[in-house]
Amino acid sequence: MEIYDLTIHELHEKLKAKEVSSVEATRAMLERIEAVDGQVNAYITVTPEQALVEAEAADKRIAAGDVAPLTGIPVGLKDIFITKGIRTTCGSRILENFVPPYDGTAVAKLKEQGAVIVGKLNQDEFAMGSSNESSYFGPVKNPWNLECTPGGSSGGSAAAIAARTATATLGTDTGGSIRQPASHCSCVGLKPTYGRVSRYGVIAYASSLDQVGPLTRDVTDAALLLGAVAGYDPKDSTSVNTPVPDYVAGLQAGVKGLKIGLPKQYFIEGLDPDVKRAMDEAIALYKSLGAELREVSLPHTEYAVATYYLIATAEASSNLARYDGVRFGHRAEDVRGLKEMFAKTRAEGFGSEVKRRIMLGTYALSSGYYDAYYVKAQKVRTLIMQDFLNAFNEVDVLLTPIAPTPPFKIGEKLADPLQMYLSDIFTIPVNLAGTCGISIPAGFSADGLPIGLQLIGKPFGEAAILSTAYAFEKETQWHLKKAPL
Amino acid sequence: MKYQVVIGLEVHTQLTTNTKIFCGCSTRFGAEPNSQTCPVCLGFPGALPVLNKQVVENAILAGLATNCSITQRNVFARKNYFYPDLPKGYQISQFDLPICQHGHLDIEVDGETKRIGITRIHMEEDAGKLVHADIPGVDDSCVDLNRACTPLLEIVSEPDMRSPDEAIAYLKKLHQIVMYLGICDGNLEEGSFRCDANVSLMPVGSTVFGTRAELKNINSFKFIKQAIEYEIERQAEILDDGGKVIQETRLFDPNTGTTRSMRGKEEAHDYRYFPDPDLVPVLIPDQWIEDVRATLPELPEAKRARYVAELGLPEYDAEVLVSSRELAAYYEETVALFPQAKTVSNWVMGEVSRALNEDNNRSITDCPVTPPLLADLLKLMEKGTISGKIAKTVFDEMYKTGKAPEKIVEEKGLVQVSDTGAIEAMVDEVLKNNPAQVEQYRGGKETVFGFFVGQVMRASKGKANPALVNELLLKKLQS
Amino acid sequence: MKITRSEVEHVARLARLELTDSELDTFTGQMDGILAYVEKLNALDTEGIVPTSHAVPMENAFRPDQPAESIGVEAALANAPLRAESFFRVPKVIE
Repeated sequence: MEIYDLTIHELHEKLKAKEVSSVEATRAMLERIEAVDGQVNAYITVTPEQALVEAEAADKRIAAGDVAPLTGIPVGLKDIFITKGIRTTCGSRILENFVPPYDGTAVAKLKEQGAVIVGKLNQDEFAMGSSNESSYFGPVKNPWNLECTPGGSSGGSAAAIAARTATATLGTDTGGSIRQPASHCSCVGLKPTYGRVSRYGVIAYASSLDQVGPLTRDVTDAALLLGAVAGYDPKDSTSVNTPVPDYVAGLQAGVKGLKIGLPKQYFIEGLDPDVKRAMDEAIALYKSLGAELREVSLPHTEYAVATYYLIATAEASSNLARYDGVRFGHRAEDVRGLKEMFAKTRAEGFGSEVKRRIMLGTYALSSGYYDAYYVKAQKVRTLIMQDFLNAFNEVDVLLTPIAPTPPFKIGEKLADPLQMYLSDIFTIPVNLAGTCGISIPAGFSADGLPIGLQLIGKPFGEAAILSTAYAFEKETQWHLKKAPL
Repeated sequence: MKYQVVIGLEVHTQLTTNTKIFCGCSTRFGAEPNSQTCPVCLGFPGALPVLNKQVVENAILAGLATNCSITQRNVFARKNYFYPDLPKGYQISQFDLPICQHGHLDIEVDGETKRIGITRIHMEEDAGKLVHADIPGVDDSCVDLNRACTPLLEIVSEPDMRSPDEAIAYLKKLHQIVMYLGICDGNLEEGSFRCDANVSLMPVGSTVFGTRAELKNINSFKFIKQAIEYEIERQAEILDDGGKVIQETRLFDPNTGTTRSMRGKEEAHDYRYFPDPDLVPVLIPDQWIEDVRATLPELPEAKRARYVAELGLPEYDAEVLVSSRELAAYYEETVALFPQAKTVSNWVMGEVSRALNEDNNRSITDCPVTPPLLADLLKLMEKGTISGKIAKTVFDEMYKTGKAPEKIVEEKGLVQVSDTGAIEAMVDEVLKNNPAQVEQYRGGKETVFGFFVGQVMRASKGKANPALVNELLLKKLQS
Repeated sequence: MKITRSEVEHVARLARLELTDSELDTFTGQMDGILAYVEKLNALDTEGIVPTSHAVPMENAFRPDQPAESIGVEAALANAPLRAESFFRVPKVIE
């Protein structure tokens, strides 16, 4: 086993026991990136010099006995996280050369723990996409099959875990952007409850839906990394002042007597047979572990995608208005006057998926359509939230697939954006309801492609989905399987 | 004039908070461009707004002072438009749920009281400034974002005003109130109190408003009057010619006193308002409103009435003294120490105001003669230690040096001479030296009396008690 | 048709996006498809339903009126495409 194969908690033990130094671990990771990232394209920016400086500082802390769970651990960040002095592109040409003057809160928390940032990870442009194909910096390849997409939008964050080019990564999830790529790359990905992790310093896509979360090799790591970044932040008005439990300590809770709901709208005709089989096996396993499984109904599920694409694009159309070529980012040259500068800058700086969503969102908010589209969608959002509240009156956790199919081929769905949007049907409702969900490895298709399982918890019920996931992981080997790279 | 003008005003008051509405940057005026900025007010990616609580309290204060009802559930909305001085590409404002609604102010014009409705007051952030900087070789526009994200209250009146004078009276009243509340520095030139006017004409006797023009960029009370008067003329001419007034935004040009259309420069706006998902609702329970109400200062109208009723001041004095909160405070502090309301009023309106005016319009809060010092001076006068005339000399010295009046009187030997013997000697001396005038007086020319008083006062260097001088002179001349 | 090409052009102007003819064509078709799909929301009766802005109930997040350090002129302007002294520099508004 190589250093770059280790989980956070395994590497932490070795660092603490001084079997390995952070500088060694960081070097190993940088060499691994050098060796395989050319095939995967998970990284937009690698930061070897800074990483080694941070690793040295971490080693000093370790020598002094001041070791936090993430001290000295090489981590990667989705390029949506604002990093002081490190180029932050959000996968877009418009921010190709943007070097922020500040650190976001999640990044600052990682730095406080002494984590080592090895680089910034590829993603769909402005987190808009489900396949990581909309990145200005090229598509990310799925380490399990280089012809397939790793999912998106946190495609780089998931692929780096599978390719073992980061010990752990942070992503963001607006409609499934952590859970779906985690599923497609056979890693653990958790989307916390809205308000659990600060959004300060995370480039906004859809502010009422965006949430930061970990992508890791196993459930314990997810608990560790979530614990490190979660918590109230006075810089984010939507962050919630609720105590952060010790997620790692809660992992052993077990599932005996746990009521697990199976939303019937998620187990539909047309679900890929391999996915269906993996779900059936998971259900059987939980039963054998003493959980009570029962069918529940989330009747408004079929409206989720339409609701999401109105709310998310409306918010995005406004959030992306700041990219105007005045204060930072790309600016078109040879323009006649201000208006042309704005329109050309944005035309050159944004890719087509981003433009499409800005257009759709602008339309949904425009005079005469606001009530019919935006307000209507917000009302349906209320119904979708209510579905979840009702379900959670009956059960503790919901079990669902993450995606209707295993990873698809690069280019396969590009021509039809609506088909791409529809593939997010199982992840989107969780964002609309503002609650938490986790994706864990649950098997492979006949073609050897990863399949993930989703566990959805009550608002601020991260501890429950983590322990439920942990119970599954202890009994299965899926998370230990390595991508052939 | 066969048209009746209808005026509604939108006032933007910049709040005097220490920091901006959504970030901790300073709101100070006049700093180096872009020096008072941070990721939030620069609209950098990833930055998020957090509401300054003081802004909410100031807005509640303004609402209570203008008889508004306070909205208990407030939501901020984004107003989307592109402009280089608007960093995020949207302005955070309030749309359908403004913090204050349905208020009014009473104004007085030509002795008549009139009620002007206030439609709404809402909180919002200011934009930065797009300027043409005087930099050699730079022909472009320049953006300074120091002002971006500064807190504003937009105060919108009903179209209740029917003359430029009513508009001015309303504005002055509103200006006085926000200054009294201490929420705005009221500086029109620096843009702390900006006014847009909606002006339309309708035939006299009609109740149906005509099409209005929105006048912008008016930054003095004088210009407001000019702009509205010009607009009345312009619209009347159009109507006289059988034309139609176009609804549009017009820019006031202070150099020519005219307004000109901004049409063509702005396409039809579609601001796409929607609730800002980065901010959460502001809930204002009754208790909060009552807590703010408890801090509401006595407003000018109430103060003026009290000065007349309780202190017995003439209307005129009361009006002048309440014109600013600071002046009224100075007056009240002095009266508390020297409870002769009219005497204090005379001094504050007289010597104090004169000295400040002559001193480059210095603010009353900087007056070197503080209320306790002024009260001490008035006490010396009352005791007869110094005469009224000497008191003015002492005041000037106090103003120059900041010294206590007793000290000046002592140092300069200005104590009033009330010693009958000493004054009698001076009187005798004056009469002896001016036999001709004594003859005139005794011959019936009583006006010469003043001459003798003057001579004695001069001989005493102004220190002789004038009452005693009169008494002794009369006695000697009549003997 | 849910949306016409000229409406798409209008939206592009509002959004300050200069689109090519072929982009306009593509977007008109795609937006039309998406808008037809979202029509399905109209099947739901939402009379009396309160719209949700935030899924988690939240209110009254304030900051005290206390100054924080500004980042300084150089940091503010470091990413500017064009500057003049301490200003961001932009083309003039053409009337």
